[in-house]
Amino acid sequence: MRWATRAGIHIDRAACAWLVRRVIDPQAEFVFVTDPGDIPVDATAFDMRGVELGHHGARCSFETFLERYELTDPVLTRIGQIVHEADLDDDRFDAPEAPGLDAVLRGLSMTGDDEATLAVSGPIFDGLYEYFRRSYLLGHEPA
Amino acid sequence: MLLSYRLPREPSAPRVALWRRLKRQGVAQVSDGLVALPADARTREQLEWAAEEVVERGGSSSVWLARPSTAAHERDLAATMAADRAAEWTELAESARAALDASPGEQRSTLARLRRASRQVARRDFFPPPQRDVARAALRDLEDLVAAHADAPSGRTR
Repeated sequence: MRWATRAGIHIDRAACAWLVRRVIDPQAEFVFVTDPGDIPVDATAFDMRGVELGHHGARCSFETFLERYELTDPVLTRIGQIVHEADLDDDRFDAPEAPGLDAVLRGLSMTGDDEATLAVSGPIFDGLYEYFRRSYLLGHEPA
Repeated sequence: MLLSYRLPREPSAPRVALWRRLKRQGVAQVSDGLVALPADARTREQLEWAAEEVVERGGSSSVWLARPSTAAHERDLAATMAADRAAEWTELAESARAALDASPGEQRSTLARLRRASRQVARRDFFPPPQRDVARAALRDLEDLVAAHADAPSGRTR
């Protein structure tokens, strides 16, 4: 399937793309557009104004994905809180990882194009997922 | 960069939530229902999502890339934003100085709170006023004091 989002991706879009490839559509192809009018007709748009998979109420797009696809994995919920704080910084959640992740993603968007950002951020989110999966299973922070 | 918006007067909760969100982003209010931010990729995204929220709450909104017709007006807007931040930095500096006389435990918790507050103010500080450096210096003094307690054998809590 093809998925479309705004070019110049940052934390929310990078996290959504990772989620799509990891959980929803392993064969996903991403298209980055600057104008909403350029979204290919066969593509599912996300993190853009006026689409279902965007910000709604206080939720960021990643949280919308979790709800829309009924993803109740507590590890994903935790990552959703980090993405929320990195993106919106509204103190809704306690997510000390957020400012650091925000800086890393901002820097990536300065050194490479969107494909390059996804290529790096994917393994970063895989690592975060594994870290929180283990801490969830252990009941404390993994060594 | 301008956000023009209209929200129904009642219920008031969405209006309050929106205003809180815009304040957090550091907007300057141009007039009723019209706020401004310097244009960059992040502020553009912030205002576009705020515009979306307005529409979801039953209001109407639009986002504009605009420029005041006079340089003086542009300076006034920037000065308004700088003055708002200056007040926030001053308050932060005062809290940091007040904490110098507090107990070591209180100093540590105040430092943690003020560090977070400082990051938040810095994010919306588009035209940093001199008060920023004053606040940062006050925060450093508090940091040094907390570090000194941690180094002193009597101050050890663990």
